Amino acid sequence: MERAGSQFSPRMDSRIQIWGMVHAAIVPIASVVVALVVGAAIIALSGANPLVAYSALFEGGLGSGRAFSRTLEKATPLIFGGLAVSLAFKCGLFNIGAQGQLLMGAVSAAFIGFSLQGLPSALHIPLALLVGALLGAVWAAIAGTLKAFTGAHEVITTIMLNFVAFNLTDWLADGPWKDRTPGNIVARTPAVAPEARLPDIVGVPLGIILAVLAAIAVWWLIWRTTIGFELRTVGQNASAAKYAGISVRRMTVLAMVASGFLAGLGGAVETLGVVGRFQPGFNVGLGFNAITIALLARTNPIAVIPASLLIGVMQAGASRMQFNSGVASEIIDVILALILFFVAADGIIRRVLRLRAEEGERVTLSSGRGS
Amino acid sequence: MSAGSEIVLEARNITKRFPGVVANENVSLKLYRGEVLALLGENGAGKTTLMNILYGLYHQDSGEVLIRGEPVRISGPSDSIRHGIGMVHQHFMLVPVFTVAENIILGAETRNGPFLDLNAARRQIRELSRQYNLDVDPDAYVKDLSVGQQQRVEIIKALYRKADILILDEPTAVLTPQETEELFTIIRSLTARGASVIFISHKLKEVLAIADRIMVLRRGRVVGETTPREATERSLAEMMVGRSVMMEVEKGEAHPGTPVLTLDRVTVLDDRGQRVVNEVSLEVHAGEILGIAGVQGNGQTELVEAITGLRPVHSGRVLINGRDVTNASPRRISETGCAHVPEDRQEDGLVLTYSVADNLVLNTYYTPPFARGIVRNDRAILNHASRLIERYDVRTPGPLTPVSALSGGNKQKVIIARELSREGRLLIAAQPTRGIDVGSIEFIHQRIVAERDQGAAVLLVSAELDEIMALSDRIAVMYHGKIVATLPAASATREELGLLMAGAQPTNVPHETIADGRATVKAQR
Ligand SMILES: Nc1ncnc2c1ncn2[C@@H]1O[C@H](COP(=O)(O)OP(=O)(O)OP(=O)(O)O)[C@@H](O)[C@H]1O
Ligand SMILES: [Mg+2]
Repeated sequence: MERAGSQFSPRMDSRIQIWGMVHAAIVPIASVVVALVVGAAIIALSGANPLVAYSALFEGGLGSGRAFSRTLEKATPLIFGGLAVSLAFKCGLFNIGAQGQLLMGAVSAAFIGFSLQGLPSALHIPLALLVGALLGAVWAAIAGTLKAFTGAHEVITTIMLNFVAFNLTDWLADGPWKDRTPGNIVARTPAVAPEARLPDIVGVPLGIILAVLAAIAVWWLIWRTTIGFELRTVGQNASAAKYAGISVRRMTVLAMVASGFLAGLGGAVETLGVVGRFQPGFNVGLGFNAITIALLARTNPIAVIPASLLIGVMQAGASRMQFNSGVASEIIDVILALILFFVAADGIIRRVLRLRAEEGERVTLSSGRGS
Repeated sequence: MSAGSEIVLEARNITKRFPGVVANENVSLKLYRGEVLALLGENGAGKTTLMNILYGLYHQDSGEVLIRGEPVRISGPSDSIRHGIGMVHQHFMLVPVFTVAENIILGAETRNGPFLDLNAARRQIRELSRQYNLDVDPDAYVKDLSVGQQQRVEIIKALYRKADILILDEPTAVLTPQETEELFTIIRSLTARGASVIFISHKLKEVLAIADRIMVLRRGRVVGETTPREATERSLAEMMVGRSVMMEVEKGEAHPGTPVLTLDRVTVLDDRGQRVVNEVSLEVHAGEILGIAGVQGNGQTELVEAITGLRPVHSGRVLINGRDVTNASPRRISETGCAHVPEDRQEDGLVLTYSVADNLVLNTYYTPPFARGIVRNDRAILNHASRLIERYDVRTPGPLTPVSALSGGNKQKVIIARELSREGRLLIAAQPTRGIDVGSIEFIHQRIVAERDQGAAVLLVSAELDEIMALSDRIAVMYHGKIVATLPAASATREELGLLMAGAQPTNVPHETIADGRATVKAQR
């Protein structure tokens, strides 16, 4: 036989890959820029100076050591949430329920934290984190199982489970697990034992370290293991997955469980690291910002870290901005919504930048795949 | 067929590069009014790319396109439609949940004020169908149509947009011989009315039958032009590949051993609950190739899906190597050593967004050396890919290129390479050479025969009677969900098979070869 077609060149291959990575970053970055510009226009319309507002915003988020540690604090649960949503996306699932899973993780970690006393940190912390993560996993598993066996769409079921989680945790914090110390009238659990609080490791909060490790672990799982290959295959083409001998049902449940585990862990880290107890309302909106982050990071686990830091900066700097320029801190929510809008409707940005639709793996916002 | 001398479409010195490949290099082409121009070339030669440029889906890096003598810049399908160019793609682009009429008017809606005027559209569609003998119901849902009918919808869609230059990219790859004949009638009536057609196919017989002129591409360049009068299948094959191609399969006597695949009265239902496979019994032995002949849609697809675990077996038993695998999971069946070339490459056989390397381990990714425990071994996966790419002559810039960037035939080669390289005792191949060029067909056929000679049992399902006759040791004819006859390939004739496939009772077939002869009568509606 003639040995035709050996046009193989490794250099070409890696060039295609690098170009693909650069290409993948263009739309998210442009989305943030456009959202900030539109945000600036809104600020200007409201009569304030956008430059003053934005410089205060970034000063409040990055300007000092204290500002930066506030940013890290805000970014930590966002990383966990962003990872949770990204992982589910990889399997073609839209986990809107990160919020509920996070609440379940937060409340159960608080329970372990305050109900056990006198345990050494080395035992107490891992136990509380694990229980929190598992509760998140269980919460997501409900939606995963319903999807796998009845075809019930995860968007619907996770939204409903969010409501259940809101009310359940409210009730726990105002009922059986309420902080009964004299003088307390608000709904909240008792403070967790000091041994259960997350320490700083050489000046860096343990929470952010865990978040970064989680991102690396998720990246490894998705790209370096056969389980990740199975998840992605189901997400990209469920009928090819079936052909390849992969159980679509099993992977659907597994992806939701892993996603819920991460969200629950995020809630537990927030409780043990920042708040010190469970208090309803302290982390509302986290689950939704997690969706923005996952899309901004194009579901890449490593990119979740900078995306979360960006949003963390804005949240940390919001009050400084309000103080310096008089712009209501709610403008941050508007900007976040605009970012979400532009990354989700990426056709708009592509048209502006005259980019072609891209070749890489697709993010399916919602697959019709049922049982 | 009187091709005029008026040039309706001309391409001059078109060059188009993709990362790592030059898909078209200085290609020039002229299309005359009322003619059929056939475009031939190996997989990856650049045929589809050239057509996509003419249709405005890609833009050339250099060179120009002229329509009726005017240089034009076609920057999208809406431009090409305005210039009267219509295209039927290698992979159809219809919306399955829309009706025929909705699909046809999509993007060219007839309006009545702000509302869609579906009735006017329906009338026009009926008119076009009548004029060109294109039989389709405007109100049928596209998902319920056969591929042949879907293709007609694509053609009507082009005609509805008043196209008089029609590009057909491998239109016959998925058609039955009957449907191909009907398509040729349509093409002839189109050219008789002054339309011009560019026709792409890997089936040289068809090209010789329908073309006025034939242009051959190799590795992105035009290597020659000829006419059906001057050319033969052999000379065309040689022009395409650049060497002489053996058109017949060389194979020795089969030495059948023990049964590897046994079907015992297997019944399978389709998605709507109809019995599409009706108590089929057959055996495929080690060292033999059993071909299933039949017009598409007689249950072959569902039978293969049931054997491989992709569709439930309603009743009956499936045994592989004597072990019952009825309704076992696809994974378990695959692990008995059953390789499977699926019929629908885009849907089942490939993950288009994955690299060639990942697709080459799509169903073996978890076995050593591709994984240690749950950890992927990327080096082993890459080495495996480089080996198969070379061995099977897959034209790709490299193993990490996404399969979506490969030409149609090269996508198929990825599947073939994966399945034929697995060590197994059973090979189930559905339409293995669909969309593949003659040179590669020769190679794939040799490989299938080699598998047989090494003791594998091969179940071959193909719509190509030529392929069935060339490769099989025994031929089973399937009609309305039944195996109506099983014949030794050596004594089977085209005519006899054709009759059986059309539902003739196998009365004049030697009695002992008839399987289920009595039941056939019932199966006929
Ligand atoms: N979108 C794309 N991105 C990158 N490379 C591409 C793309 N489309 C085509 N190619 C490359 O261009 C070359 C020509 O492909 P093309 O699809 O035109 O071949 P073809 O002649 O139609 O082959 P076949 O007979 O297999 O359909 C191939 O090497 C292919 O890999
Ligand atoms: Mg092609």
